[in-house]
Amino acid sequence: MTTRDSSYAAVMARKNEIMKASMGMDYDDFIQSPIAFDYERMLSETGYSHTDIVRIQRETKVGDTPLFELRILTEAVRKISEPGKGATILLKDEAANASGSFKARRASISAFEAARKGYPGLIAATSGNYGAAVASQAAQRGLKCIIIQEVYDSRGVGQPEIVEKGRACEAYGAEVLKLTVGPELFYMQLRTLEETGFFNASLYTPFGIRGIETLGVEIAAQVRARYGKDPDAVVITHAGGGNLTGTARGLLAAGCNQTRIVACSVDLGGLHMASDHDFNRKSFTTGHTGFGVPFATWPDRVDVPRNAARSLRYMDEYQLVTQGEVFYITELLTKIEGLERGPAGNTSLTAAVTLARQMDREQIVVVQETEYTGAGKHHNSQLSFARENGIEVRRGDPKDNVPGKAIVIPERLDQVWGKVQDMERLRLSYLKNAAKAHPMELWNDNDVAFLAADLKVSPEWVQEKRRNL
Amino acid sequence: MTTIQSGTWVEIEQVILTPEQRAPTLPEDTKRVPYVLRVSGFLIEPVELGARAHIRTIIGRELSGVLKTVNPSYSHSFGTVVPELLTIGTEAES
Repeated sequence: MTTRDSSYAAVMARKNEIMKASMGMDYDDFIQSPIAFDYERMLSETGYSHTDIVRIQRETKVGDTPLFELRILTEAVRKISEPGKGATILLKDEAANASGSFKARRASISAFEAARKGYPGLIAATSGNYGAAVASQAAQRGLKCIIIQEVYDSRGVGQPEIVEKGRACEAYGAEVLKLTVGPELFYMQLRTLEETGFFNASLYTPFGIRGIETLGVEIAAQVRARYGKDPDAVVITHAGGGNLTGTARGLLAAGCNQTRIVACSVDLGGLHMASDHDFNRKSFTTGHTGFGVPFATWPDRVDVPRNAARSLRYMDEYQLVTQGEVFYITELLTKIEGLERGPAGNTSLTAAVTLARQMDREQIVVVQETEYTGAGKHHNSQLSFARENGIEVRRGDPKDNVPGKAIVIPERLDQVWGKVQDMERLRLSYLKNAAKAHPMELWNDNDVAFLAADLKVSPEWVQEKRRNL
Repeated sequence: MTTIQSGTWVEIEQVILTPEQRAPTLPEDTKRVPYVLRVSGFLIEPVELGARAHIRTIIGRELSGVLKTVNPSYSHSFGTVVPELLTIGTEAES
């Protein structure tokens, strides 16, 4: 145990040295300016090839998940579409990974790296499926595991979904630090890393992102093998950006250059993410705009010096869906496709319905994840909990949905209609955040080139916006 | 009060940061309350409920805090029925 000053300010001030010790990796090697860094080199210097990653993942029951055609849902969508419209909807059943979600891909390489470097254990701060994934991977590598989780409001009440995620971590043998609401989760993570000398299995390291690339590569191979073509669109639930970044990188590595990368989040506009009161008024604990928008528009707001998850680098489109729409689609998937899966994983499926309606029949849209379901992680649990917390739950037009006040479950499939976000606005918001980190007048050509790549635009676009911001 | 035997699986609570010690930028409602940790482990020495306790967590770390719960359990469920979901995807709504 350390005897060093454990006050908030003191621990935060030691951030860089704690990070360096806990990852065996020095970000200073890649950093070029307060905004720019050598992204590709940072990812390639993990030292793992795609083949290595596949081998490592097979050892711990990760990857090679089935890709299902949702035949009945596709037909249902065609019935409400214009003639000739209604793309085939495919679903990658990531619930088949050890621990029940795609997050196993994200945790697998960190666990392997930690074991290889001789760390005694792994630490991750997360209230998502990632906790169970790290715990499950740690168990298989003979490592100890601590998961730091935001679970309760100040009354000691926890969302059923988060409580279940905590249970899963404990089931896989992890010590779970259960905390009340607050951004001090990061402080707690640093403190625990320093106390234990464990490896930082942050969601945002190059290891995490490299691990997800196999998901994109598998989709490319499975769609080509069965349909003889590339997927036209892949829909990805977006929160911190790792799922989108890793999957898109995998698709690109497999040569799917024309595949549209569509992000999707649950709209929780108006709810404050660090508010004790709002905490239990959210019926989604991840995959929502409370993470999706801030992480897209400033990825480096994370627990590592530079985030390897950079969603705007790869995103072509960003859709928002309501909580009620996702719950509706989750129930529909269960009843008509005979597949009961957790609601958070079905966020992208909801957006896929909207997309499929607008795409041609010959086209293919892939929903790239599912998650396990069970007590707590179930739309009935979430809705029942919402009702107990004074939130109105009813059937109706999802346009009347108000986050934290009313969950409106659509009456019909044709009411499921994602809201398209303005990409230009997101990119401008990113530029403004970049200007806060590094004043615009100091941006050199390298900074501009970095920003252009990070926003999937040309350097000329960045220069023009810079003049007008 | 009954003494809890050592070796019992318990949950302790620890105030990590008092309201004054918390992060500088917090919404008003969060700023008013302490930042609290709960963690489970095996009780190292017998103590009474509500007293300061030492535990050994499942991975062997020793932590201390106020003894809150004996045999902490999970009781989360599928919730009470939500009738609004029942007819989705059935003949009635095809």
